Amino acid sequence: MFKSLAPPDYLATIDREKCIRCKRCIQNCGWNVYSWGGDKVLIDTFKCVKCLRCYHYCPEEAIEIKDNPTKFKQNAYWSFNNIKNIKKQAETGGIPLTGMGSDMPYPILFDNLLIDACQVTNPSIDPLREPMELRTYLGKKPSNVKVEKTKDGKLKLAEKMPPQIKLDLPIIFSPMSYGSISLNAQKVLATAAKACGIVMNTGEGGLHEDLFPYRSNIIVQVASGRFGVNPEYLNAGVAVEIKIGQGAKPGIGGHLPGEKIPLEVAKTRMIPVGTDAISPAPQHDIYSIEDLRQLIYAIKETTNYKPVSVKIAAVHNVAAIASGVVRAGADIVYIDGFRGGTGAAPSIIRDHLGIPIEHALAAVDDRLRQEGIRNEASIIAAGGIRSSADVAKAIALGADAVGIGTAALITMGCTTCGKCYTGNCSWGITTQRPELTARLDPEVFGDRLTNLIHAWEHELKEILGALGINSIESLRGNRERLRGVGLDSFTLDILGVKPAGR
Amino acid sequence: MVEINASGTYYKELNQKIRAAVEKGEKEIVLKNVNGQYYIGAGFVGSTNITIEGVPGNDLAAFMDGPTLRIKSNAQDNISNTMNSGKVIVEGNAGDVLGYGMRGGKLHIRGDVGYRVGIHMKGNKKQTPTIIVGGTAGDFFGEYMAGGILVLLGLDSTGPLVGDYLGTGMHGGMIFVRGEVDKNLCGAEVGILDLDEDDHKILKDALTDYCKDFGLKLEDIMKKGFKKLVPVSLRPYGNLYAY
Repeated sequence: MFKSLAPPDYLATIDREKCIRCKRCIQNCGWNVYSWGGDKVLIDTFKCVKCLRCYHYCPEEAIEIKDNPTKFKQNAYWSFNNIKNIKKQAETGGIPLTGMGSDMPYPILFDNLLIDACQVTNPSIDPLREPMELRTYLGKKPSNVKVEKTKDGKLKLAEKMPPQIKLDLPIIFSPMSYGSISLNAQKVLATAAKACGIVMNTGEGGLHEDLFPYRSNIIVQVASGRFGVNPEYLNAGVAVEIKIGQGAKPGIGGHLPGEKIPLEVAKTRMIPVGTDAISPAPQHDIYSIEDLRQLIYAIKETTNYKPVSVKIAAVHNVAAIASGVVRAGADIVYIDGFRGGTGAAPSIIRDHLGIPIEHALAAVDDRLRQEGIRNEASIIAAGGIRSSADVAKAIALGADAVGIGTAALITMGCTTCGKCYTGNCSWGITTQRPELTARLDPEVFGDRLTNLIHAWEHELKEILGALGINSIESLRGNRERLRGVGLDSFTLDILGVKPAGR
Repeated sequence: MVEINASGTYYKELNQKIRAAVEKGEKEIVLKNVNGQYYIGAGFVGSTNITIEGVPGNDLAAFMDGPTLRIKSNAQDNISNTMNSGKVIVEGNAGDVLGYGMRGGKLHIRGDVGYRVGIHMKGNKKQTPTIIVGGTAGDFFGEYMAGGILVLLGLDSTGPLVGDYLGTGMHGGMIFVRGEVDKNLCGAEVGILDLDEDDHKILKDALTDYCKDFGLKLEDIMKKGFKKLVPVSLRPYGNLYAY
């Protein structure tokens, strides 16, 4: 058998003059690219994914990872990945897998939207001197409120408010299960969520007991595999999320192979060690909106009416689906665009199914307003949020809050190499190998993630200040403060945004 | 013992009443005139015995963790959805999607059941969920099954014993069927075997309890032979992907 005809993506190289043979690269690489040859470090560049762990830990800066110049001939139609996948499929007969969000060059609408600012005729606000309100409450809002006077003359609500999740700023951490990411990575999310006054989401992998102290900053998830779900779990967090779909792989299920299920993951998921954890594509008790309502209320009955979120992937008919979800009784609709990340998905699904979050969000917000039910549920937009500008644009398009996943992982060392599905993450994020997960110190990286959220918080306040508004509530669904550049009239119409200059 | 009259009571109110009784430490609860109320026993924890007279609605015993429910008549869909422990006894027939994602406890049904029963049942070292169906079952019996025990008896039945797609996607647990199994009805992931000594013991233990619940005789049931269905591989999709 000859070696694979799919050439390596990267060339890992070592400057032999600089190399002091300290072997740190050998220790650090989770993919076994490096090995010791007796007198020098040997390189198996086929295994390199350019995660750059070795580069960062080489004390002599002797390592360079180059894009392979001997890749297939460049061709505007037949891309490297097209050819490579065909070769791999010819060799294995399998489905090529991939991790993280789609990197295909589809248009990025966030980058074609610009935010307004105040000049002369209306004053901008300096957020360093004046208060700015980013606090966000997720949950069902009443269509009107009645107030009554108490005996001492104070006003109070006459009717009880539906349950709300309180966020100090409109950002949450997207669902990532223990199993797809390491426990230390989940601890990073949990500590940062607590420090920032926001929430993380367990994903469908159960709740490890180490996370119990963070329960007031956790949403627990129920999906088709029902892993780790029992009454205690459902009541453990501030809300429960039913996962119907995921932006990176709409319409398909999850599959954590048995070899990635060591004891702790198995215990948390409440399944035996080493068997496949299969989350079927549909939830077999949900074939209709009525069935979804049944599960929502089964969960509400079990949790004494905590808020229930329903996560759906952004697909063609997302507006009608979201309307059904709200009518089914969801307190929150979580919409995940096709750029959303994943620990593992067939690349053909990730790169070709679903729609962008920008279109989906605008369409859902429009539809819920038209039907007069926008107050019935909060909208979380996710799937490719890269910066506070994306957050502001998503909120102006109609989101109550956004979910971030990849951005949070990048603070832990992720370089978006996209090989999460291999379980070899050298940064200790998407792996269960103890020698790798030990690298991710929850305290150190919890601080870094907290820094990121605080930095975005400052940026959001600056954006609001420039817009001359002092509350995120005034930006919510305020598409008048957005303008499109280089967008056709159809897209502008869907987004409900005017072209720049008008 | 406490009696609760469910007549004309909305499910939310009814469940509040039952929950209040359970929390007071009531060990025996009888629900009278139940007429389709959803979620009875949903999320209940503890060791209460609840007897239900009338037909309870969907999602009976969903997420339940401990109590025992006895239904004196037929029951509907989604019984024991993601149940963790406890027992549900149905003296009549029951509907579709029973024991979905069930992780522990027992579901005993005297009569027939509908489609998608025992989907994605799963067990672990400490828990073995068990569903025993006295009559016949529809399509997708034991689909995606990951653990636990499913038993299909076909007692006093005249129609077909089980529908199509039996055990499709099965990757754990075992299904015992009384009588012969047509290979054409089964998913590709399923192997049909004769019972060995260990299997006989597991089956007898499960059926002894079942017989006690319904006043049946174990010898009568065991007169007819059983077949065992198990997954051919614990990793049915191991070769699906190119890395």
